[in-house]
Amino acid sequence: MTLAVDAVFYLFSIVCVVSALMVVVSRNPVHSVLWMITVFINGAGLFVLLNAEFLAMVLVIVYAGAVAILFTFVVMMLDLDFTGPALRSKQTLLVGLAVGAVLLGDLFVMLSEWSVSPKAEALRASPTPDLSTVSNTVALSRILYTDYIFLFQTAGLILLVAMVGAVLLTFRRQRHQRQDVSVQLARSKSETLKMNRVENGKGIS
Amino acid sequence: MAEAMQELFGPAGVWITWILQCVAIVAPLIVSVAYLTYVERKVIGAMQMRKGPNVVGPLGLLQPFADAFKLLFKETIVPTGADRFVFFMAPMLTLLLALVAWAVIPFQEGWVVSNINVGMLYILAVSGLAIYGVMMAGWASNSRYAFLGSLRSAAQMISYEVSMGLIIISVILTAGSMNLTDIVLAQKGVWFGVIHFPMFVLFVISIMAETNRVPFDLPQSDAEIVAGFHVEYSAMGFALFYLGEYANMILMSGVCVVLFLGGWLPPLDMAPFTWIPGIVWFFLKMAVILFVYIQARATLPRYRYDQLMRLGWKVFLPLSLLWLVLTASVLFFTGLWPEYGA
Repeated sequence: MTLAVDAVFYLFSIVCVVSALMVVVSRNPVHSVLWMITVFINGAGLFVLLNAEFLAMVLVIVYAGAVAILFTFVVMMLDLDFTGPALRSKQTLLVGLAVGAVLLGDLFVMLSEWSVSPKAEALRASPTPDLSTVSNTVALSRILYTDYIFLFQTAGLILLVAMVGAVLLTFRRQRHQRQDVSVQLARSKSETLKMNRVENGKGIS
Repeated sequence: MAEAMQELFGPAGVWITWILQCVAIVAPLIVSVAYLTYVERKVIGAMQMRKGPNVVGPLGLLQPFADAFKLLFKETIVPTGADRFVFFMAPMLTLLLALVAWAVIPFQEGWVVSNINVGMLYILAVSGLAIYGVMMAGWASNSRYAFLGSLRSAAQMISYEVSMGLIIISVILTAGSMNLTDIVLAQKGVWFGVIHFPMFVLFVISIMAETNRVPFDLPQSDAEIVAGFHVEYSAMGFALFYLGEYANMILMSGVCVVLFLGGWLPPLDMAPFTWIPGIVWFFLKMAVILFVYIQARATLPRYRYDQLMRLGWKVFLPLSLLWLVLTASVLFFTGLWPEYGA
């Protein structure tokens, strides 16, 4: 059985890496988004192999099912000329290389100077419950809603702020027409319909 | 069953079992899809005082097969400028997603391919991915009508998924598990359709929106955008979309039965009801939900786009959120909450 698990692991990870590469390489942005969704789904597969089925499903629901949909939405609306020279010019290549080099440097600096505060270490050591008695959803929620409750709430607040911001950006007192459905539905036949008896050959003046 | 197969065939027994289970689900499902289209036409015909299909075979019973063969032998047309790969992936993905979700649906106690802990989340994940079939089809067709249809569809499916998720959380709270078998077993005393009756109604409406059925069939509204996202598809591609749509309907009614109508449990735990095997109850209940689907199609006019969004965000979302808080409070203060261990 372990052989099968190994085989599945390599399948997921190879597909994952290859599609991650395709996200960057493919010319068409819509294809990039579709490859990214493949990455998410294969990542979820890897989570399942780690017995983290809750995380796997949440990854698919949140990222593949909601976030990537919005990406797709935007990218599909763009009228990009993705064969044009602008995307492949030497200038962008140089800028890209520079940004990449800086990020790589950052990564090295961080890894060499990384230290973990003892408090965080203590939190990490919160006992893992026996997974044969509790499902990992319950185990996760027990930690999330006790030790990490403030971090969890803060994350929620940040998302709320983002949402309020987005709503505010689109919410202006505009002069556009508003439709009040209840008013529309409350209209009666007498207000909208008038039956005329029309004599033959005369019509309505 | 897996053990017996392993004895018979050695290590390959597990794989053979899986393949047999898949066939045992997919084959009846395809036949049900075929006859669901037949039932739909017959019911709508009856409601409109027509006869419905009655020419091919006795009582028109062979009509679905006639349709299938017609579609099979038609020419596959690819529009110019279409993205061929995505164009052909889209219908396959749609059908595939409608099929894989069946892996976690319990037909009877123990009759489930994969009895996973997060079954309900799995269903949500798979039904969430179903949008991609529609979006890919709309984009790859390189047609304005198709694109408009797919944009509408994406917005609609995302909107109704939110309230669906909240409704499901209420049920999970009461059942104490995300495993579908456990959810059914938690309904031994009284069905969740009774306890959560308002949510049951909302859920039935939501699944109609989620599967793009009338009165929420804006993505394919024939009058404005011809046939929406699958306007450019012909032959097998179109057939796959059709299969996917109906398979999704059957799937969603199955989910509804599991969540609210007690799955395979008989309505009353008494003698004449318990004589009938559970799987028959399961299919009967599914048939009832499917009938609601069909008769809604013959009864209701299509929603306008802004009405649809309003219903999803301004009516369903607050209602289901309120009900979730109510459920959690009642469970907490009465001390009736189930054991959340498993």
